[in-house]
Amino acid sequence: MTGTTEILGRGHREGSVLFKNWFDGLSGAAERSEPSAYVFVMGSFVEVLRCFDLPVVFPEINSLQMAVRHVAHEYLNEAEDFGYSPDICGYVKADVAVQLRGGEHPAGRIPTPTLAVLTNACNTYIKWAEIWERLHGTRVFTLDVPGNRQAGPPSRPGSQDFETDRRYVEGQIRELIGTCEDVTGKRFDVDRLRQVLADCNTVSRSWKRIIELNRSRPAVFNSLTDGTVFLGVANGLRGTPEAARYFEDLVEELELKAEQGIGTRTEETYRLTFVGVPCYPIFRRFNELFTDWGGVFVNSTYLWFASGGTHLGFEYDLERPLASLAEGVLLSVRDAMDAMFQSNRVIGNMIEEFEIDGVVYHPIKSCRTVSTGLADSRRALIEKHDVPTLFMESDMMDKRVVSEAQLKNRADAFFEGLAARRLREARPQ
Amino acid sequence: MPSNRTTRTFEWPKSDPDEVLDLCRELVEDPSYPSVKRWREAGGSVVGHFQVYFPEELAHAAGLLPIKIRGAILDATHAESRFGSYLCSILKTSLELALSGKLELDMFVSHPICDAARNLAAIWGRNVDYPCQILYLPQNANSAHSIEYLTGEYARILRSLEEVAGRRVTDADVWRAIEVFNLNRALLRELYSIKRERPWLLSAEEGYLLTALAGILPRDEHNELLEWLLPLIRQRDRKRQDRIRVVFEGGFCEQPPLDLIRTIGRSCYLVDDDLLIGLRWLLEPVPTGGPPLEALAHAYLESSSYSPVQHDLRKPKEKMLLERIDRSGADAAIIGAAKMCEPGLEEQVAYTGALDQHDIPYLVTEFQETMSSFEQMELQLETFAENLLFA
Repeated sequence: MTGTTEILGRGHREGSVLFKNWFDGLSGAAERSEPSAYVFVMGSFVEVLRCFDLPVVFPEINSLQMAVRHVAHEYLNEAEDFGYSPDICGYVKADVAVQLRGGEHPAGRIPTPTLAVLTNACNTYIKWAEIWERLHGTRVFTLDVPGNRQAGPPSRPGSQDFETDRRYVEGQIRELIGTCEDVTGKRFDVDRLRQVLADCNTVSRSWKRIIELNRSRPAVFNSLTDGTVFLGVANGLRGTPEAARYFEDLVEELELKAEQGIGTRTEETYRLTFVGVPCYPIFRRFNELFTDWGGVFVNSTYLWFASGGTHLGFEYDLERPLASLAEGVLLSVRDAMDAMFQSNRVIGNMIEEFEIDGVVYHPIKSCRTVSTGLADSRRALIEKHDVPTLFMESDMMDKRVVSEAQLKNRADAFFEGLAARRLREARPQ
Repeated sequence: MPSNRTTRTFEWPKSDPDEVLDLCRELVEDPSYPSVKRWREAGGSVVGHFQVYFPEELAHAAGLLPIKIRGAILDATHAESRFGSYLCSILKTSLELALSGKLELDMFVSHPICDAARNLAAIWGRNVDYPCQILYLPQNANSAHSIEYLTGEYARILRSLEEVAGRRVTDADVWRAIEVFNLNRALLRELYSIKRERPWLLSAEEGYLLTALAGILPRDEHNELLEWLLPLIRQRDRKRQDRIRVVFEGGFCEQPPLDLIRTIGRSCYLVDDDLLIGLRWLLEPVPTGGPPLEALAHAYLESSSYSPVQHDLRKPKEKMLLERIDRSGADAAIIGAAKMCEPGLEEQVAYTGALDQHDIPYLVTEFQETMSSFEQMELQLETFAENLLFA
């Protein structure tokens, strides 16, 4: 049996190794000029792509890596010199520069896209893929995953509206399979798909469990920092036996922590939830704005939408793989979209379940999908719930729009407010 | 029954075309939507749809007035606090119309045309008490399943419209509406053919006003107006001037202010554009016969224009722009983008690359619907035009 010491911290250690191996694999594919598929986190369709042994590249993760490694500005400048506006998504621009540099990336070399598969969950995905189409003649497959049409309960499996959407998604998945056969010259093997789906099921089940485990006091992981590591593996290696094993181990580690009352590296004073995308150009210091005050992010909408809705824990039915894949994608990606557009409902439910003391909204210039509605969503949340909130804007890529001093002032004032509130609540009535 | 349907909101003074155009200008620039007010006073209900395309035939068939929501020139006093920074103006001013009570609706529909606008239905829905819906038009226009899907999506929207109208809509109702809109698009094509063939007869501003009016009037009223006016425009006694012929690209969503269009018209003949392209999205009459929703879905996907917010492998945007320039006999292009408009700004790179490749002169600019200073733009345009005229 594995000892406690070996288990604790394993998620980070093994996550780093898996991540490095993945990037090494991509560099190898680039060196050998092998075909690759570019995909995105909200509806990656790795379930299908792995059946054709296509190495998958997540440009969003590549760009994020550049920001975390403090080199994003070099790439952004290069894309802007090429003609792209300062006012468009930084992820796109950083990737444009990678493409212009022949795949050169601080973590290795990124292969040129042979095929790009994207959903309509983010419109920038569509514009982004059009850039590869123009630069490299990349074959682009846009797969529509219709989201919820209005506030209120979404259509459920079995209803007429859900069936219309599910049939459409399944039809497109079958077309995607045809495209993959065409691109790779390989035949589709449904049994291989079943294997991949089974590995995806393990990740989904585990992802849901991991999020649930953070109801513990103290929380067993910080959803902003640790969560980003877990997300990297969940997205990049989804549908592989390595990812399935990693997440089973991670559940074991976090369950152990929950049992033994072991929290994060922060002495937990305030339990927070995060809405938006982290500030990657100053990632460590951004997190410290909160941990220095004892603030721990116990959940985030990021863990929902950036996992493509894996938080639902949807498990594919291996007896009817294609129909079930369509159903799972529809439910998951749709929920990922709701986590952005209807975040007031999502956060409203989290407050009680995770005993949240405060909500941090971080809209960013680069991503209008996530950020456009946050001010109104926050207004709607505080109309219904008595919970302190902090609203601070910066960016996930571009340090030119990150004002650290201003962020710190706002965070400090927020925590002073939380402390005062706690004192008030502790006073005898 | 469509008991509350009126077909006219105004008595148009059909004696003097210039007087009519003055009234058009007042109506298009008035953010209090007088035509909508009159429609409502007559007991009618109104469906607002955000840019770019909406199958207005469905609302019309239900006896509702479809209104194109395209922002406005006003201060977004109430709406500003509902949004973050770094956003285009049209989102804020459109919501302001609703929050300020200037535009009273019974239903709002948007389509996720961009990352910002895809949030609009949720924001709108949290702030008003009438239904707010999203219409998911296919972005996978190349799928063999997209027509069937879109037909289903139109059926779903129609059910919502029926609820608002309080009546059932038959296929015959939809076909009648399609006929009205087929005629309207034919008239708009006629208007654009005047712009292309004899642009000195119709100024850039006038052409825009007459098009924009379609978005705020009952369509049969607009038809009647154009049927009367277009022949008179063709008979105008105006002299051709030595101006360059330009295409304006970048007006598919947020609209440049009328003063900017007027400024362009002072230096150039605006022979084609993508301004309010959603009103002209269907390029050919929707063929009659068969199930009407399927016919509309088919037309949307198979016989339609282009914009930066629709992905279709058959319609690379730069190729479509080159065709527009070629078809209109333009000498040059003005490549605009609304401030903070991601699709527009991204497309500028592809457009200018293609124009460079084909040695077509162009001017790149950014605009905002609420901008009020045009001197710099005028100077740029004059210099641009003179460079071409005297090169």
